[in-house]
Amino acid sequence: MSKLVVTSIGPASSVQDGGRPGSQRYGLTPSGAMDRLSLAAANTLVGNEPFAAAVEIGPFGATFTARGGAVRVGLAGASRNAEIGGRPIAFDSSATLADGETLNLGFARGGSFSYLAIEHGIEGEPMFGSLAVNARAGLGSPYPRPLQSGDELKTKAASGAAERRIELPAATDAPIRIVFGPQGDEFTVENKQLFLDSEWKISATSDRMGYRLEGAVIKHRDGHNIVSDGTVNGSIQVPGNGQPIVLMPDRGTSGGYPKIATVITADLGRFAQTSAGRPFRFKAVTMAEAQAEAIKFHALLHSLPDRLRGIDDFGLNIEALRDANVAGQAVSAVDVSTWQVALP
Amino acid sequence: MAEPLSLPRLLPSGDSAITVEFSRTIDDTANRRVLALDRVIAAEPIAGITETVPTYRSLLVHYDPVQITFDALGEQLLARAAKAPPTEGGTRRWRIPITYGGEHGIDLEDVAKALQTTPDEIVARHAAGDYRVAMIGFTPGWSYLSGLDKFLHIPRRKEPRLVTPAGTISIGGIQTGVQCLAGPSGWHLLGRTPVRTYQLHRDPTFLLEPGDAVSFTAVDAKTFAEQDRAAEAGEFIAELVAP
Repeated sequence: MSKLVVTSIGPASSVQDGGRPGSQRYGLTPSGAMDRLSLAAANTLVGNEPFAAAVEIGPFGATFTARGGAVRVGLAGASRNAEIGGRPIAFDSSATLADGETLNLGFARGGSFSYLAIEHGIEGEPMFGSLAVNARAGLGSPYPRPLQSGDELKTKAASGAAERRIELPAATDAPIRIVFGPQGDEFTVENKQLFLDSEWKISATSDRMGYRLEGAVIKHRDGHNIVSDGTVNGSIQVPGNGQPIVLMPDRGTSGGYPKIATVITADLGRFAQTSAGRPFRFKAVTMAEAQAEAIKFHALLHSLPDRLRGIDDFGLNIEALRDANVAGQAVSAVDVSTWQVALP
Repeated sequence: MAEPLSLPRLLPSGDSAITVEFSRTIDDTANRRVLALDRVIAAEPIAGITETVPTYRSLLVHYDPVQITFDALGEQLLARAAKAPPTEGGTRRWRIPITYGGEHGIDLEDVAKALQTTPDEIVARHAAGDYRVAMIGFTPGWSYLSGLDKFLHIPRRKEPRLVTPAGTISIGGIQTGVQCLAGPSGWHLLGRTPVRTYQLHRDPTFLLEPGDAVSFTAVDAKTFAEQDRAAEAGEFIAELVAP
């Protein structure tokens, strides 16, 4: 039996998978990975199902040590300095820790969440078909809470398969696309335009339940109370103070503030990766465009196995390595010490 | 001849969900139509729907846009809403014990003052109520009940509490509710119940369904403590009474 022991880890790091949809009618939120494409890429690197459980690592650094045998991992999502026993490791690739070796990961750069998938998966007891941590509901496995140092992630010994890297579409700073509604008519045309024209930043008080936005004050047509109705991942609700909150996978399943718009499925992961304090904008698209993008995103998820390459087939990977390890200690401009996690 | 049913509004909730809205206010007729549409969809499924979430006044329908478009699904939902009779399914009735006031209902005195009456009158009116589970939402098992005595309608607290205890029974606006897990709330705390509307590893994990009938029975703090221990051990659930 191999295992990966968490030897150090910051807050906002937990085991996540595709989530547990199906019980929202009882108030149970689906949870699951903030950035599903990166989760799927990390899993694909080590031959797992795309939405198998993996470690979602928040903005801070983390270290993991292999015990009881070798452990093979896949890394994707926000890049970081990464090394195993002094060997630099590129993101978007797999690597193997020999028994006793330690994987060191630095602060997240150009994003918030990285995904560490483990070949053969993480052993745990599924609850409602998922290992995803939802600390408020006491759900998640092997621990129903964020990870702490000393935690053990059990798995089978590494297969010894050749290491791989995965070619993903280039990152983009394009505006985050939304469709207006379900309560778009609770806002005037001017206020909807203000929502689109404004530059927004994500507050440091954001967490897996919701990202609080700082920017313009969006006014309601007739006050900020509506009778509670259902929410989805990406619902943008506007509370009384006019500062929007984008609901994320640990959201409440219903809410009583008007929802001006919804982030499109294809942009949810990219939005989740937006670092606190980094300016961004929204762009409105039609339902037809949003649905066409959702279908393209679905196709991208299914194309991941075709995007695997040999680790020695360097090409762009040299740049990735240089970016990850030679460019120095540059971290995102955010003061990560203010990145708070709202504990239940 | 019965009046034809007005059609609900279809509101886009992103590219993968539709809010089917029957009313903008809390009303039992709209809620019964929400639950009726939910039952019709369960009986005659539409390919591409992944999950439905009934609320007071709307049905949130999650779907897979790879399988069906917004327009095509919207048409089918309207057709089902037009023929869904707003009749009840088999109603289950639960009797839920509650200990009022004291440390378990820290807002009881203040509510009585605000409504210019005595705590006893508040308790008597709340316990006499005949309630329906209109929706479950926010956190696991949080059950929103309709049927609160008009006398007890009261605005939410100005400052929501960040943590209120598991099992809290409270009032806010024109609603009362059973909160299962500890969590934030802007409602007024009248008491606590030992009943777990959500308990992991119990069968059933979720006790109440939207549409169920609920009545409360006042118990003293000692009975609450005993039942709470039994509930934690899985030996006490709640009393199911005949409709």
